[in-house]
Amino acid sequence: MLSNTGNFLLILSILFTSFIIYQSFACLKKTNDIIFKSIYKISLLQSTTILICFFTLVGAFMVSDFSLINVYQNSHTLKPIFYKISGTWGNHEGSLLLWVIILTIFSFLFLITNKNHPKNYRINTLIIQNILILGFLFFILFNSNPFSSISPIPKEGLGLNPILQDPALAIHPPLLYVGFVGSSIYFSAAMASVITNYSGKFFAQSIKSWVIISWSFQTLGILVGSIWAYYELGWGGFWFWDPVENASLLPWFAMTALLHSLLVLEKRNILYFWSIILCLLTFTLSVTGTFLVRSGILNSVHTFANDPSRGIYILSFLSLMIFASVYILFTKYKPTNDQINSNSKETFILINNWFMMFYLITVLLGTLYPIFTDAISNNKISVGPPFYNSVIIPVVIIFLFFMAIGPKVRWMKNEFLNFKDLLKIIVGAITVNFIITYFFKSYSLISNLIIISSVFLIISTISDAFKKPKINFARIISHFSFGFLIFFIGLNHNFSIEKDFNLKLGETKKIDNYNFELKDLKLQQYDNYKAVIGKIQISDLSTNKKRTLNPEIRIYDNPQTLTYEASIKTNFFRDYYLTMSNIDRSDYYNIKFQEKPLMIWIWISVVMLSFGGFLSFIRNAKNN
Amino acid sequence: MQKIIKITIIFLLIFILGIFFLSLNKSSNYNTEFLVGNKLGEIELVSFEDDSVYTNDDFKNNSFTLINFWASWCAPCRIEHPQLMELSKENNIKILGVNFKDKKINALKFLKDLGDPYEYLTRDSNGKQSVNFGIYGIPESILIDNKLTIIKKFVGPLTKHDLNNIIEIINNL
Repeated sequence: MLSNTGNFLLILSILFTSFIIYQSFACLKKTNDIIFKSIYKISLLQSTTILICFFTLVGAFMVSDFSLINVYQNSHTLKPIFYKISGTWGNHEGSLLLWVIILTIFSFLFLITNKNHPKNYRINTLIIQNILILGFLFFILFNSNPFSSISPIPKEGLGLNPILQDPALAIHPPLLYVGFVGSSIYFSAAMASVITNYSGKFFAQSIKSWVIISWSFQTLGILVGSIWAYYELGWGGFWFWDPVENASLLPWFAMTALLHSLLVLEKRNILYFWSIILCLLTFTLSVTGTFLVRSGILNSVHTFANDPSRGIYILSFLSLMIFASVYILFTKYKPTNDQINSNSKETFILINNWFMMFYLITVLLGTLYPIFTDAISNNKISVGPPFYNSVIIPVVIIFLFFMAIGPKVRWMKNEFLNFKDLLKIIVGAITVNFIITYFFKSYSLISNLIIISSVFLIISTISDAFKKPKINFARIISHFSFGFLIFFIGLNHNFSIEKDFNLKLGETKKIDNYNFELKDLKLQQYDNYKAVIGKIQISDLSTNKKRTLNPEIRIYDNPQTLTYEASIKTNFFRDYYLTMSNIDRSDYYNIKFQEKPLMIWIWISVVMLSFGGFLSFIRNAKNN
Repeated sequence: MQKIIKITIIFLLIFILGIFFLSLNKSSNYNTEFLVGNKLGEIELVSFEDDSVYTNDDFKNNSFTLINFWASWCAPCRIEHPQLMELSKENNIKILGVNFKDKKINALKFLKDLGDPYEYLTRDSNGKQSVNFGIYGIPESILIDNKLTIIKKFVGPLTKHDLNNIIEIINNL
């Protein structure tokens, strides 16, 4: 029953989408500047239908309707209702539906919020966006249909992968999708802009809010994924340069560059071509990321069940998208003459863009290189953190300095009057670094430079907040929190402690300044799993403080899986992180203990970074 | 000039998309099955007890050698250990143990508790040697003959079935 409803709604959405495209072409032929009322109405209907379609699937998951293959494969009656719901987008088919929702809603919102821009530009954007929607709807209906039915109807489902049963992971995909699927709207707008020759300042204004909002969500999405990996995968790290993590970072770099180049386009009417490239690049990278993850080329925790036909479809779609945009760009673009004074804000923003491109290319190379060597020479290699760390970290140092100075520079023509101030700030930054090394312990030269440059950015940004007559708080918060982010990552990296040992019940072990005692083990039964919960007391011998951590070994029934839940004690100064795993045929447990200083501040910095984005969105909305 | 840039961009895009297409038809799971039938490369394994080195010549006099990669911290290694003990009773085969990224004291305790099936015991403290054998997880075992040709690979713990399989192979030839 739900299968039929879902399929009917999908077909209805395809009809509405086709009708929007048809009506839009008709509207283009009219010489007046009015968009047909019917286009608004159908767009609203289209969004509503897709939403109902999605909620039909959510409903099927809630009532455990196992007549749908998708529900059967990814749910179970014993699952808590929260995870039944989040299971909707915890799989390939359901998450594609979420894709289309964001494509559609952004399309509708763009249509109704840009009324002061020319008709042709808006209609062309709508056409391109709806072609994208149509492509994905066909993909869903014919290849990845979440409403496919199964007969006879199974009595019980196979369950959702336990490591995905987690609150952070329930919200991770929607956040990330608003980010990178949201970038579709400025992909469409950029194409429309080139086609209709609607360039410059006004184009920048029309897409700025969309870029900011998708950037903010993308930032949050990456953060939530990172937090999840930190406590769920039991690695104790928060960024692993895993190819799939990289896939979410690539569009983020392009978005960040775009965010800044739009400022120049809006203010000075230059860098139009570059902004267009970035618009196209952001969404192209998003689809490339989706292709890499869904086709099964990459092996990672994110890999969904492998199906080659899926890869072929997304790849064809991606190729079509790329070549169409390149063709339009090459044939329709009219070159402009951009002149930039080398000592001006424009130059500094351009430098920011080049840094972003450097990071983007580095991460892209690191991600694609193993795929290339495998395809060409059958050689399996993997590019790991040492590559990224050694290429990216030294460049971050220089980047932070530019990031600190950039906002102080004036548009058009700058004079460095504040040289003395900069000198004061750098002395301050070196002093802070000196205090840290004096009171704690020394670290490598590169870490020293990281701390100095990040503190330089922090102080410099704070000083901006007091100087200018018109303060841009959004920018200050974002830059300030980025400085903090790098600062805390640097300290965390240098002062983390890691211990690995075996312990049995009742045993006490002394390692460095700590005493570890496995005091108790108990077995607890939960709804959908049972857990062996350890009670481990850690005594700090220097302060005599005792802390109890309770790591878990969970045994899930459906599907049968063992997971190790880290126990984390967080405070403002440090995280105590402990995982416990059983050793077969032994009464010993393997304990991995980490002390990670200032961990929570890394998360707070990213939340603030994203908050800066939201603030900028509100500010921009007010101004326009 | 502009034309050259345009053509370069298009070729680059075609190249990237082409590679993606090629990759689609490949299995992304790392598989070393293709090593079967090949000869082992140069072996240079450091003895567990002292710094002496075992090379290819040391194994040419055995009819068969099973190279077993293990560690005391590896739970599945404990599971397969009885099979190795069983196999060590056979005359036609010698077992070469490669202790992988392990602490000596833990490894010795492991062997003291569960028995020592190894004719030769070597260590690979940083895991580099094992990579040369195409090992990507432990336990793994490689069965070679006296010409040092790889006859079979076992990824994961040896089961009873694997044990019978090995015994069958070594007694039939």
